[in-house]
Amino acid sequence: MKHTFKIIYSIIFLLLGTPQVSAAEKIDLLKTDWTFKGLFGKFDRGSLQRGYQVYTEVCSSCHSMKYVSYRNLYEPGGPEFTEDQAKAIAASFEVTDGPNNDGEMFVRPAKLSDKFVMPFANVKAAQAANGGAYPPDMSVLAKARSGGVDYIYSVLLGYEDPPIGVTLEDGVYYNKYMYGNNIKMSEPLSEGLVEYSDGTIASKEQMAKDVTTFLMWAAEPHLEARHKMGFKAILYLIILTILVYFSMKKIWSRIESEV
Amino acid sequence: MSDHEYIPASKFGKWFNDRLPLLSLASHLTDYPTPKNLNYWWTFGGILTFCLITQIVTGLTLAMHYIAHADLAFESVEHIMRDVNYGWLIRYIHANGASMFFLAVYIHIFRSLFYGSYKSPREIIWIIGIIIYLLMMAAAFMGYVLPWGQMSFWGATVITNLFSAIPLVGEGIVNWLWGGYSVDNPTLTRFFTLHYLIPFLILGLVVLHIWALHIPGNNNPVGIDVKKPSKDTVPFHPYIVIKDAFALLMFTIVFAFFVFYSPNILGHADNYIEANPMVTPAHIVPEWYLLPFYAILRSVPDKLMGVVAMLSAILILAALPWLDTSKIRSAVFRPLYKQFYWILLVDVLVLGYVGAMPAEGLYLLIARVATAYYFIHFLIILPVLGFKEKTIPLPLSITEPVLGGFPMASAVKKKESLN
Repeated sequence: MKHTFKIIYSIIFLLLGTPQVSAAEKIDLLKTDWTFKGLFGKFDRGSLQRGYQVYTEVCSSCHSMKYVSYRNLYEPGGPEFTEDQAKAIAASFEVTDGPNNDGEMFVRPAKLSDKFVMPFANVKAAQAANGGAYPPDMSVLAKARSGGVDYIYSVLLGYEDPPIGVTLEDGVYYNKYMYGNNIKMSEPLSEGLVEYSDGTIASKEQMAKDVTTFLMWAAEPHLEARHKMGFKAILYLIILTILVYFSMKKIWSRIESEV
Repeated sequence: MSDHEYIPASKFGKWFNDRLPLLSLASHLTDYPTPKNLNYWWTFGGILTFCLITQIVTGLTLAMHYIAHADLAFESVEHIMRDVNYGWLIRYIHANGASMFFLAVYIHIFRSLFYGSYKSPREIIWIIGIIIYLLMMAAAFMGYVLPWGQMSFWGATVITNLFSAIPLVGEGIVNWLWGGYSVDNPTLTRFFTLHYLIPFLILGLVVLHIWALHIPGNNNPVGIDVKKPSKDTVPFHPYIVIKDAFALLMFTIVFAFFVFYSPNILGHADNYIEANPMVTPAHIVPEWYLLPFYAILRSVPDKLMGVVAMLSAILILAALPWLDTSKIRSAVFRPLYKQFYWILLVDVLVLGYVGAMPAEGLYLLIARVATAYYFIHFLIILPVLGFKEKTIPLPLSITEPVLGGFPMASAVKKKESLN
């Protein structure tokens, strides 16, 4: 009995995961080693800090990240800049605040409590500046695409010349991994585009990996806390289950019956 | 209700109990004679109660931080995920809790189908169960709309649009449901209200479900009536309580794996994109637990008939106690029914699979065959089987299998000799 119970559990476990994947979208995405996967997965701090650099120097000219605050940059589980570094980063951006006591809006340097300053005032402005396409907000992007981080990493590295016979409209690029293969963003990364302050060589793969790691953190800032707590919670549950199992055996031994 | 009169020991206890017999109720619940041969499939009733309470508690907490407004809902969910203390934990428990709830309810329903628990004298328990299941689907659907992501918005649009299939008044009903001419803020606020209300309705029905259960008592794997109390039964406490606790803990481990290590695997990535009425997602799919019915809906070419088929697929279950003409409850003693039972289970899983696929080509064909079989099972196979099937003789009691008619008897003996 107990055996069938286990088997059925695992079958259902498997079945639950599969149906959401649509067969039509199956192409093999590029894989890389993500440090944040698995039971003990953690972000690589260096990678997050470099990823922030790529985001801020490259992506942020078009892509907003409106749910992330500057204070998040020094909070545990993230890039963990020092508080002073985070303050300095915030201060390099300007936000419009107000109205003040005279009823005027004013511009001031951003504070830790501010959300990341957006590159465009609104969606329409973003579309107007980008040939009609809205560069999606990157706060939860890593969770908003099936394939997740692998997909984003692949798209960043998937720019190619279009195959023979495929003609592209003006301002449209060919990408091997993008849904429908057409993308309105020109290839964002090129060798040595940023100069990493920690001396890491800024290859395309390195930058793609770093910025994707950063996006994963932005989408799931409590991932490390979740993994840590999950391990403890499940360990606790397993021990409790074993204890309850033996209590059950003991109690049921009072009568002539199987449990 | 109780088989013996309970008399409180203390004077105050007696005074109180004469006025409000809570102590009698507690005594009834502790002593409640339960068949001692219940297997682990019977633990899902307790697991479901746990799921309901978990959803209500986490839901209340989320409601303290969530904002039911089309412009703010998505942002408030992100606020919960990022800035509310352990908000991510509460939300992931709630979101995955819905899936766990359905996983448990499907096991519970299929257990009932296997052991004939819906048959006389338990028809009312079964029908209340079906109403609970319907309310669960409504609650889950509306809950999925609340984060106001793309799948929320378009799922709501597709499902509410089903009502437009009703002749003459369909369009009017849809506008009435929406509170406007499209899914928008009024739809969101009313869905939030109903999503808040329904779990408490379910809670009330669960009380009735258990009350109705306590009249005839539990069915059991052998499916025969047991004398209560007798050597075939054990008191609910501590025997069943500890067993339910053990099963519940096993279940929570699975639950915790989803919450902590793959909290988004059961959801759809598109729901992390804020709702946009101007952009339709490539595939609009419901949550996994609604997929079999979604497949039935899409397998019928006509919209109205599709809706009718989908609703019938659920409501037909309420008629099951009368569609199944066999007097024998447990499939253990029904060799033919047992086979059809497994075919039905596979059929429903197939429906769930094709429900997630685009409705075209081979998938559509499979969906149609599986839909037809679903109805054939309930409308033709079950009624006929009751008359045609040659069943295995039933034992007289759980402890005394007679005539070698109890197929597990030899297995039981083997186990005993091992001990």
